[in-house]
Amino acid sequence: MADVVIVGLGWSGSVMAEELTRAGLNVVAIERGAWRDTSTDFPPSVDTDELRWGVRREMLQPPAVEALTFRNKPGEKALPVREWSCFQFGWNVGGAGTHWAGMSWRFTEFDFEPYSKTVARYGVKKLAPGLQVQDWGITYKELEPFYDRFERIAGTSGRAGNIQGKVNPGGNPFEGPRARDYPTPPLKNSRWMEIYQKTTASMGYHPFPVPAGNISEAYVNPLGVRMAPCTYCGYCEFFGCGNWSKSSPQACVLPALMQRDNFEVVTESEVLRVNKAADGKTATGVTFIDRSGAQWEQPAKIVIISAYQMDNVRLMLLSGIGKPYDHKTGQGVVGRNYTYQTISGADVFFEDEQLNPFIGAGALAVQIDDFNGDNFDHSGVDFIGGAGIMAFSTNGRPIGMADAVPPGAPRWGKGWKKAFQHSYQNVATIFAQGTSFPHRDVFLDLDPEYKDQHGQALLRLTFDFNDNDRKMAAWTGAKSVEIGKKTGAKHVVPFNSAIGANSPYDQRSGHTIGGAVMGKDPKTSALNRYLQSWDVHNVFVLGASAFPNNGGYNPTVTVGALALWSAKAIIEQYVPNPGPLVKA
Amino acid sequence: MTSKPKLSPDTDAPGAPHLPRRRLLSGLAAFAAGGVLAKTGNAEKAAPVVRGEMPWSPGLADPPMPTKQGGMAFFTPAEAQLVGAIVERLIPADDLSIGALEAGCVVFIDRQLAGDFGKAVAMYRRGRFLEGTPQQGPQFRETPAERYRSGLAAFDKRVVAMHGKSFVELGEAQQDALLVALETGKLTMEGIDGVALFGLLLQNTREGFLSDPMYGGNKNMAGWKMIGFPGARYDFRDVVDKRGKKLNIIPISMADKSA
Repeated sequence: MADVVIVGLGWSGSVMAEELTRAGLNVVAIERGAWRDTSTDFPPSVDTDELRWGVRREMLQPPAVEALTFRNKPGEKALPVREWSCFQFGWNVGGAGTHWAGMSWRFTEFDFEPYSKTVARYGVKKLAPGLQVQDWGITYKELEPFYDRFERIAGTSGRAGNIQGKVNPGGNPFEGPRARDYPTPPLKNSRWMEIYQKTTASMGYHPFPVPAGNISEAYVNPLGVRMAPCTYCGYCEFFGCGNWSKSSPQACVLPALMQRDNFEVVTESEVLRVNKAADGKTATGVTFIDRSGAQWEQPAKIVIISAYQMDNVRLMLLSGIGKPYDHKTGQGVVGRNYTYQTISGADVFFEDEQLNPFIGAGALAVQIDDFNGDNFDHSGVDFIGGAGIMAFSTNGRPIGMADAVPPGAPRWGKGWKKAFQHSYQNVATIFAQGTSFPHRDVFLDLDPEYKDQHGQALLRLTFDFNDNDRKMAAWTGAKSVEIGKKTGAKHVVPFNSAIGANSPYDQRSGHTIGGAVMGKDPKTSALNRYLQSWDVHNVFVLGASAFPNNGGYNPTVTVGALALWSAKAIIEQYVPNPGPLVKA
Repeated sequence: MTSKPKLSPDTDAPGAPHLPRRRLLSGLAAFAAGGVLAKTGNAEKAAPVVRGEMPWSPGLADPPMPTKQGGMAFFTPAEAQLVGAIVERLIPADDLSIGALEAGCVVFIDRQLAGDFGKAVAMYRRGRFLEGTPQQGPQFRETPAERYRSGLAAFDKRVVAMHGKSFVELGEAQQDALLVALETGKLTMEGIDGVALFGLLLQNTREGFLSDPMYGGNKNMAGWKMIGFPGARYDFRDVVDKRGKKLNIIPISMADKSA
């Protein structure tokens, strides 16, 4: 008999399984994708293949397995996102944690309490009508030890900016206080990062190395798993890492987890729904379908849903866990508070550089946080939030760069060849990765028409950027252009994803957030602060689906920290005394 | 065309994506990795369970499928000629490098269209195909292979109607003008999204010019040499500190490790 069934064995499923099995529980994980490991599936000999992994995306979940439908506004007819888009889902043991880029952030204190901190600093009128800004029910300070633990498991490379309240030079002075520095030192700067660092420092800003899940040196993590140094190969995001140097379930957790005889993972099997007891107060387990089409039941005392942000919400809706959100009435919680990432910035083209873009890693970057979150005084602007503005050197893969020619250059013919040959060594990007705040007309629900291969409704996404975030993006975009002009680049070409109607085919970001959020109030959140369902007390839902808003950062380390925080609550509070951990 | 050896019966429905099968390089039939829990009946094959240790089997790998040279797997001779003329305009031969034709882009595209890409195996193809907003993106009922077949035919029919000759018979300047018209939507065809067709042609030509040569294009790594991309290399720690320097790294490819 399984004590726990875990749906989806990605980052959060893996660290949760590690915690629970170490505490003595019997754990079964059910993963839709296949087993994948470094030596067999992505050793260096097969990894250097842009077409297969970067363009055809063979590591990712194909839309044929499951797609979303999309519309900008309620009332429009949603249609399937049929082809490769901004969505980057995992389809293997390890999940998206196998193919991610590795940017390893902590959110700031503001990100966890955006409502109370905005009201305290600027007044409630600063929150535009329609926004559903709300606190998480947990503070940065409470999560700090779990951030520390996850970084230690992951081997994160970086330089702390604030150690126990003391500013650490070379780090991010705006970050929340942390107990100690990162487990491994920062990666080395590329040429482009060197230029950006000099430029932003000369402008009075505070550049620092982006914390990276591409680790800088050999490292043994607390689970006894060995990682190796990153080789700057430039085959990172979308690819598995052949070096054991990308923080991932493969490189950090599975070698320890798989040794335990109280753990097993059933692969190539899709959980169709979580089953509830007759009184609806608990789940009895899950029903899954194997690749022959046979359906099985896996009973368990506790159900962990960790199937990635989108499928977490979908499974809750298909299983009747929590009341679905209705945007017309504002009632219900499952599907509410969906957010994304608000991107603006500028591409820059130098004249005479040798940027050598092929020397790269998924999180190799330098950032300034001077304009992120609530790090600056918003009294003079008409929005909340902001963006981390970074210069990255992730890769020089040629097919993906073939469109990176200056304005006016042809896209084909002899003119393109000349322009591309030149820009290959001269093009770079200033990337403003901005906050995303929830709005009542932005949500997830089940599509009324389109179905997956098993006949279950697809998830429907209703999304466009709200005015607050559009204003923020215009402002941070302008800051990016200003920086670009000071780098000495010949051309500075602004971009802004938040102009006009959003499309999932704008692939500047894949960070899909929210939909089953944690909070203090069951009227506006699906989960309590331990990521426990308010409605079905033995169901816990892990992932970025829990974030009520998105910070100006990549989500993974916050996902991992919350999984560890939830694990502690399950082991210490839930197992000895099953029931709601927070009074509604 | 190479065929993939398979470990277990292909239970996928036609058109469904296959999970990349881990293939035994030696062709041995049994997958008996240590640590895989054997369940009774069909469960084991249909839901591989991993337990007890990291599974490992000698010779198990998931290598790419290199392209077999010679002949066409998808294009008719006329289509191959037409595509050859088109790709050579998109990426022409000049003093910077050979052109797309010599680089093998027709072979590349031919093999891609005959395989999973051409059949849209990875795409969501269920339900009604309705026309949506530009934001909702492509809603093609046709697969890329079908779009090439119908698109190329319609395009050349249009060219003949305009110029009295097929595309391959025209001079470079006229060919370029026609491609510009297709690219910008000025050349219209009944039932064909010409702008999207041009985009598909351009994307696939670039892929052919810049992907690893084992896929049929980028002959002798000509595309990589043009821009200075080192190819299938995996370790730059020895040069990461040479910021801003010209490195002159000789490229290598996956299939052929010679310069």
